[in-house]
Amino acid sequence: MNISLVMFLVFIAITLGITYWASRRSAGSAAYFAASRQIKGWQNGIAVAGDYMSAASFLGIAGIIAFQGYDGFLFSVGWLVAYLTVLLVIAEPLRNAGKYTMADVLAYRLKPRPVRAMASLSTLTVSTFYMIAQMVGAGALVKLLLGSMVTYNQAVIAVGILMIVYVVFGGMLATTWVQIVKAILLMAGTILLSFLVMAHFHFSFGEFFGAISQVTYHDAKGQQVVKDFLQPGLRYKPPYGPLDLISLGMALIFGTAGLPHILVRFYTVPDAKTARHSVVWAMVLIGSFYIMTTFLGFGAATIVGPDFIKGHGGTNMSAPLLAQALAGNIFFAFISAIAFATILAVVAGLTISATTSFSHDFWTNVIHNGVERRPGEEVLVARISAFVVGAVAIAIAIVLGPTANVAFLVALAFAVAASANLPVIVLSIFWRRFNTAGAVTGLGVGLLASIGLILVSPSLMAIDPPTVVGTARHLIQAKAWFPLENPGILSIPLGFIGAFIGTLISHEPTSQHKFNELLVRSNTGLGAEKATVH
Amino acid sequence: MGNTARNFEVAGPAPVSESAESQSVWDRIASSKEFQDLMATKKVFIVPAFIFFVVYYFALPVLVGYAPQFMATKVIGQVNLAYLFALSQFFVAWLIAGLYVKAANDFDRLAKDILDKNGKGGK
Repeated sequence: MNISLVMFLVFIAITLGITYWASRRSAGSAAYFAASRQIKGWQNGIAVAGDYMSAASFLGIAGIIAFQGYDGFLFSVGWLVAYLTVLLVIAEPLRNAGKYTMADVLAYRLKPRPVRAMASLSTLTVSTFYMIAQMVGAGALVKLLLGSMVTYNQAVIAVGILMIVYVVFGGMLATTWVQIVKAILLMAGTILLSFLVMAHFHFSFGEFFGAISQVTYHDAKGQQVVKDFLQPGLRYKPPYGPLDLISLGMALIFGTAGLPHILVRFYTVPDAKTARHSVVWAMVLIGSFYIMTTFLGFGAATIVGPDFIKGHGGTNMSAPLLAQALAGNIFFAFISAIAFATILAVVAGLTISATTSFSHDFWTNVIHNGVERRPGEEVLVARISAFVVGAVAIAIAIVLGPTANVAFLVALAFAVAASANLPVIVLSIFWRRFNTAGAVTGLGVGLLASIGLILVSPSLMAIDPPTVVGTARHLIQAKAWFPLENPGILSIPLGFIGAFIGTLISHEPTSQHKFNELLVRSNTGLGAEKATVH
Repeated sequence: MGNTARNFEVAGPAPVSESAESQSVWDRIASSKEFQDLMATKKVFIVPAFIFFVVYYFALPVLVGYAPQFMATKVIGQVNLAYLFALSQFFVAWLIAGLYVKAANDFDRLAKDILDKNGKGGK
């Protein structure tokens, strides 16, 4: 029997055990949506790291560095530095003033129904796009890792069912612990892999960086080339490369603080101080991990080599192939199992943030005016919507198939978070004049600008040769209208401008009168939601 | 586990403050000297820290994008300026986070005075 499969099954067994344990502690809204707000600071920090470091970071970055060197490492930098925005601006006010979702903070001083409806739409957009990217990736990955034992469709269905089970039965508590287990596994695997890479180079950084400065491979034309992989510019080339890089940086730095599945994590701790400490814990883990992508990515480039990786599954297989080259099949299986755990933990986090927003914001507050008609209704609706979200994600991932071009969906999720969510959260906390019309136009413009610009970007608009078929083809067969893959540089200012214009053309005295309430609540924690006793 | 659940009630303003009376409580706190002090103390740290990290971070893509030859200058052996600058970002981010946590102890102290004065955690 395949060792990878055995390790996958062990991980599944552990997480189902956690879910069973959590299912008996998840009665009531605060328990189900926020793990009774009893998660400790360090636990939440690890869970934030587990929620955040997706397969795109683990397998994707290792692959980009293995093929495009230094430019790939720039992703790693942005993914950590982004947490300073979370720490300095968002985490504490959000914990102090909110209950389960980011819309709670907006609803204090603005008209709850329109604001919650738009915020919920934006949350669902970010979460489902991100989830579809993860699901398609998961299917393709499990297929690669397990070889002929499972098909793409079976892999997608298995991932979908597991994520539904975690969220429906175990709620936020199970999701949190799945993320903690995954983050610890990911860190352990990465440290081990980094250690083996350095051992390969006799623990000499001189030797390691010497090898990085002359990576030999065959380029697209089949010519053998030797490149210094520490040199910038292998991915982001003129004329638009530098702008795209800045645009990517903007989406990461301002988008992370608007990702719904990260924001909901701060409601699981007892108070704002603990939320602050959990961000610091997360930054230690996330930073250490991304520094180690140096070893993962450059290790794969120097020890395995781009040519071999290309012939054995492509860029995403860089880290597992590095493990195989350094320590054989058992380590390959271990790293593969970690990749699988990574995907499951992230999709579970996405599912719970989507269902929380649908149930709490849309169902209870928009449709039923903030009244739970029966006790437990909010949780019941969330469970049903988790089931629906999971089923829809499975169906879309199967329709798209393993070759679908989905990488842009991650860029889109960050762009929407940065262009729609972040401006309205920040303005509602800091700008007295801000009002409902501003929030609705800000969310709407940010959402439409991100989607619109991605639609006409090179990610979706390009002319493919006839050899590219099916869903791998670009959606629009024409030259791209917008030259950048990342829309942030334009869509983020548009989101802010939308919010400003909407605010200035309307007059809403109550939102200004209530600004002091939000100001005092978010800065002092007066009247903040408390942890509950089981 | 039980100690994380605080038993005291929030005796301050009601959570849902529709009436003008409770709204004026928030206004009173917002204009109090303690609260003004808290906001000023926060601003003194957060605004410069935020501006510094944004400038320091975006210097990286700008320099790498528009001055790749300069950034490719080798500093130690094969290690170039571009890599060292990228690596420094991690340590600068950790440093700012550490300084913030230290500064936030003052925020907590000032906030606690306001909470104590306004009914929370009394006795």
